Amino acid sequence: MSVAAGFLEPLFAEGFFENEAVHVALAVGTAVAIVAAVVGVFTVMRGQSFAGESLGDIGTTGGSAASLVGVGPLAGFVVVDVLAAAAMELIGVQRVRGRDLATGIVLGAAIGLSALFLYLDTTHGSGNGSTVTILFGSIFAISSSTIPAVVALALVSVALIAALYRPLLLSTVSPEIAAARGIPVRLVGAVYLLTLALATALAAITIGTILSTALLIGPAAAALRLTTRPLRAMLAATGFGIAAVWIGIVLAYDSYYWPPHEHGWPVSFFVVALVFVTYLLSGLPGLRDRRRLRVLDRAEPVAVEP
Amino acid sequence: MSGAVLSVEELGVRIAGRQVLDRVDFQVGPGEFTGLIGSNGAGKTTLFRAILGLQRPTSGQVLLEGKPRSRRGGAIGYVPQKFLLDPDLPLRGRDLVALGLDPGRLGFPTRRRQRQEAVEAALAAVDAESFADTRVGRLSGGEQQRILIAHALISRPRLLLADEPLANLDLRSAQEVVALLARVCREQGVAVLISAHEINPLLPVMDRVVYLANGRAASGTSEEVIRPDVLSRLYGHHVDVIDVHGRVLIVAGAGPDADMSGCEETVSHDGVAGEVIR
Repeated sequence: MSVAAGFLEPLFAEGFFENEAVHVALAVGTAVAIVAAVVGVFTVMRGQSFAGESLGDIGTTGGSAASLVGVGPLAGFVVVDVLAAAAMELIGVQRVRGRDLATGIVLGAAIGLSALFLYLDTTHGSGNGSTVTILFGSIFAISSSTIPAVVALALVSVALIAALYRPLLLSTVSPEIAAARGIPVRLVGAVYLLTLALATALAAITIGTILSTALLIGPAAAALRLTTRPLRAMLAATGFGIAAVWIGIVLAYDSYYWPPHEHGWPVSFFVVALVFVTYLLSGLPGLRDRRRLRVLDRAEPVAVEP
Repeated sequence: MSGAVLSVEELGVRIAGRQVLDRVDFQVGPGEFTGLIGSNGAGKTTLFRAILGLQRPTSGQVLLEGKPRSRRGGAIGYVPQKFLLDPDLPLRGRDLVALGLDPGRLGFPTRRRQRQEAVEAALAAVDAESFADTRVGRLSGGEQQRILIAHALISRPRLLLADEPLANLDLRSAQEVVALLARVCREQGVAVLISAHEINPLLPVMDRVVYLANGRAASGTSEEVIRPDVLSRLYGHHVDVIDVHGRVLIVAGAGPDADMSGCEETVSHDGVAGEVIR
């Protein structure tokens, strides 16, 4: 055993580097963390976290339906999330006032379907824990044949955001100015919503439908507290996301040897906990600034209504 | 006027059965400073939306440099009615200005050196260099406005529209904004059309005035428009124009049966404060 391996041994439990499930988990987790970060920065800036959270939950419908008909969960997540995003768009998710309503209506309908499908899964399906897998994810159970689809969806999402970077950014800052400059604000918003659906579906296979939003919003929100530029925020969020996923995978693998013995802890728990801690820590550098801002708010003279 | 930057021709806009604009007709020449004056609900914002191509006219047309507006944008710089940007927006003032260069283009920006020079020039034009590196959302309202003006100017438009840039500003800040826009108009050779519900801050710098009331407009120099006969015709009842040391007070008809309903702008507000402009 080499010196390096001896040094790393306490960190990585036996067999970590040879395990195929670990390889797949690392590959999928990395691709998903990148997409979630890039899309998530715009999600936070546009104030559409609720839509992101809802698309995640809605994926449950797709996952449970896929399990019923016997196909992989990713296909179910993607199909249902894209359809749900389209429905939200039609009901009016882009209007500030219609946004929560459109999201809520689609969310309610989809969760109702999930209730039916999950019930059928447990009564008629294989019944071996698919509900927990769909809701909370199971990155070690991903088949390596899923990797090409994950990478392809990730590339499409990132390419769309990169192509639309400028129009999307201006529409986010001010839809009014963007429209005045001839940017098709609604179309740009719809394409962004499509990338949000894809990112959510990808996050759902990694850490589950309910938790997917943590990977989407957490690293992006932390990054946005630390930098004043969107591109840097995307890079930082990517770093945070990848770190959370990798460390989460290592800890989950190690936890097999923790009490209770022979039962590993879920990866999703570690990933979400790490994202949460990252977000809390990201608030530290800005603490002084924010206190000053609050004081300024109070000192600001009341605007005189002419 | 030949060679006008903006021609609004017999423009009519009907929204939900209400005639918001009725045969509005005026022109803005190259490099001219024009004030669009009218009280709340007079149709100023609708007129701006029609000029920007965001509101379809029911009659008449809007021409930019003699041609119907194309979707390519860039010919008009637009500063929307004052709104405060999100304080957490990860964007410095200079980033927002740079975004004005070609916001419709796909992909990431290239030719960084050229962009940087254009950004510096636009920032200098509005005296915004000192706060260009702060998050836009954390700037004061007046600073955000300067950044938005620079954002609008950087694409070198022939016409700059500013929607109520003086709203909610105290007298001194209003004068600063007017002076800034007048300077931009002169130095950049861009025609400026600014809407306001108060005419006095604009009197010293306006080349022309478009006065909007009840959806109809009168335009010309301020001497031609701010007269009792012209404004009375526009309001549909008698209006007096009183000159006080170079400022004007527009007052609804004085008779005992005077109908005040259509005349919101009874006394100019800075007049109440007893301060003199200029």
